[in-house]
Amino acid sequence: MVEERFVQGNEACALGAIAANCRFFAGYPITPSTEIAEQMSILLPKYGGSFVQMEDEIGSAGAIIGASWSGMKAMTATSGPGISLMQENIGYGFITETPIVIINVQRGSPSTGQPTMSAQADMMQVRWGSHGDYEPIALAPSSVQEFFDFTIKAFNLAEEYRVPVTVLADEVVGHMREKLIIPDKVDIVARKRPEKVNGQYLPFDAPEDGTTPMPAFGDGFNIHVTGLTHDERGYPDTNDPDTHNELVERLCNKVLMRRKDICSVKKENCDDADIVIVSCGSPYCSVGAAMKKAREEGIKVGSLKIDTPWPFPEEEIAEIAKTASDIIVPEMNLGQLVHEVERAAHGEANVHLIGKIGGILHKPDEIYDKIKEING
Amino acid sequence: MVEKESPYKKYLREERLPHIFCPGCGNGTVMSTFFKGLEGTDIDFENIAMVSGIGCSSRIPGYAKCDSLHTTHGRALSFATGLKVGNPDLDVVVFTGDGDAASIGGNHLIHAARRNINLTVICINNNIYGMTGGQISPTSPKGSFGTTAPYGSRDKPFNLAELVSAAGASYVARWTTTHPLQLSKAIQKGLENEGFSFIEVVSQCPTYYGRKNKMKTPLQMFEWIKENSINKRRAEKMEESELEGKIIVGEFANKPHAALTDNIKTLAEENSDKPLAIKSAFEELD
Repeated sequence: MVEERFVQGNEACALGAIAANCRFFAGYPITPSTEIAEQMSILLPKYGGSFVQMEDEIGSAGAIIGASWSGMKAMTATSGPGISLMQENIGYGFITETPIVIINVQRGSPSTGQPTMSAQADMMQVRWGSHGDYEPIALAPSSVQEFFDFTIKAFNLAEEYRVPVTVLADEVVGHMREKLIIPDKVDIVARKRPEKVNGQYLPFDAPEDGTTPMPAFGDGFNIHVTGLTHDERGYPDTNDPDTHNELVERLCNKVLMRRKDICSVKKENCDDADIVIVSCGSPYCSVGAAMKKAREEGIKVGSLKIDTPWPFPEEEIAEIAKTASDIIVPEMNLGQLVHEVERAAHGEANVHLIGKIGGILHKPDEIYDKIKEING
Repeated sequence: MVEKESPYKKYLREERLPHIFCPGCGNGTVMSTFFKGLEGTDIDFENIAMVSGIGCSSRIPGYAKCDSLHTTHGRALSFATGLKVGNPDLDVVVFTGDGDAASIGGNHLIHAARRNINLTVICINNNIYGMTGGQISPTSPKGSFGTTAPYGSRDKPFNLAELVSAAGASYVARWTTTHPLQLSKAIQKGLENEGFSFIEVVSQCPTYYGRKNKMKTPLQMFEWIKENSINKRRAEKMEESELEGKIIVGEFANKPHAALTDNIKTLAEENSDKPLAIKSAFEELD
């Protein structure tokens, strides 16, 4: 039965995780994400799941990776300072191809910054925060419903691509209350158990653009998992440049070569638009009103909302840049994703940043004023 | 000389040999005593999962023919916490060292002990950072030398067995590589204990600790460890000043109490009509 509820974004996230069959949560209290841990501590025992409050965020990231190898769908939730602490273990998740979900409810930064205020401070940290080359997947919700839906999607993508997936929410989405529709059935990607071929199983022998099934510890495969550069058996091989090349390039390619399957954008009024507002996450909330007001005045404005900042939807932005003269990027930072938009636009359209920090979401008029300024 | 094959070779990933440990390293002794201790229990080797962090001791799981997770520096206990809570049926063993467990991983160590999570931790304490080339560690004795203590260490070392006992572990023992029988018995007890078991093994690193501290051969290090070891019962009657630089060996804690995994299971049973969820990732939902 479809259920309708009026809930906070963070609560919707926890409900999404439960719907995705997440039965393990490890976390550490941090504003403005704490309600997710609180909800998981209430919900998990009711579903036979396990909740552990860890000693810090480093431990939380380690615990969910350990839980994933035990065969569980596992998640943590945190904010900027916690994400900073988790980076080394997130990198371990990439090199060991461990499906995990990390919820990042962003807040004013750098450092302790503004714990109770919103920001899109970690758009780039999620992309580049851990050392080395890797291709992350991130989803940015702009509503309570999307926080629920994207959390489920994050678990599915994590399983399909065997990568850590981040839900890049922010304080606005985390704390606002809206109607949430919980469907009676959600699509879930189950982990595939491997089979032994001729009595053998190679845990990291995957096709160039794909992954290989992943067993749980205790399934009898006796596998070795290491953060060191490893061969297809999982055994360390740290001095051979070819082994490193093959491994790291495959880790990147499994996401890059299937980028079109992962990338998701929502386009409105783009066909005839001279000006397109490219938004991601919360700022989208203010785009509709600004676009409507400008359209009423005959200014051809469209909207492209990025659901998946990573991998970045380059083709979609390039396409927009060919038809529109100007692109406006409202961001709750001093300019992070705008550089990606500029790169993807290849100079074919003028790209304008509306960078806003301090913790308050853009008002529709701040976007409208920029439209007017460009329109002359 | 007749080469005698180790009875524990069957537990090894033979295709990974030879190992990377230096001649005279204590890790081999610890592995043998571990397998001996294991054989004294009812635990099936197939059910063992090993977890480790970074350092020489942390390379041990890579040579054992069981599921093994070689993680980041200092964090083995947090990964092991997820693995054990995720599937309490596994017998999870953590191999770690003094730098890994007591320095960078100190916070995870005391909290894992506080939660009394059902893990067996073998901490190989060689008083030095071997993998990076002989730097001083949090257990290096006062006055000992390392590449980052060229004038001798001035810091007071950690007493790991006491620290972990105070933090709430239900089984704690310290032995050395010169006490293989007592050590394997302690490992057996640790594996059988339903809670956090911490077995500290004072071990020799002739390559770095020995060379920096005028004990160039493994034998000299062995003798140093043996001469300085004092049984806990005897040490209890001695003055603190007499015990400086000594290695107190024996059992430090043996007080079984509820483990984290039992508490989580009970909580789930009280709140749900479903059994504790394990391996949820493989479930197809309808």
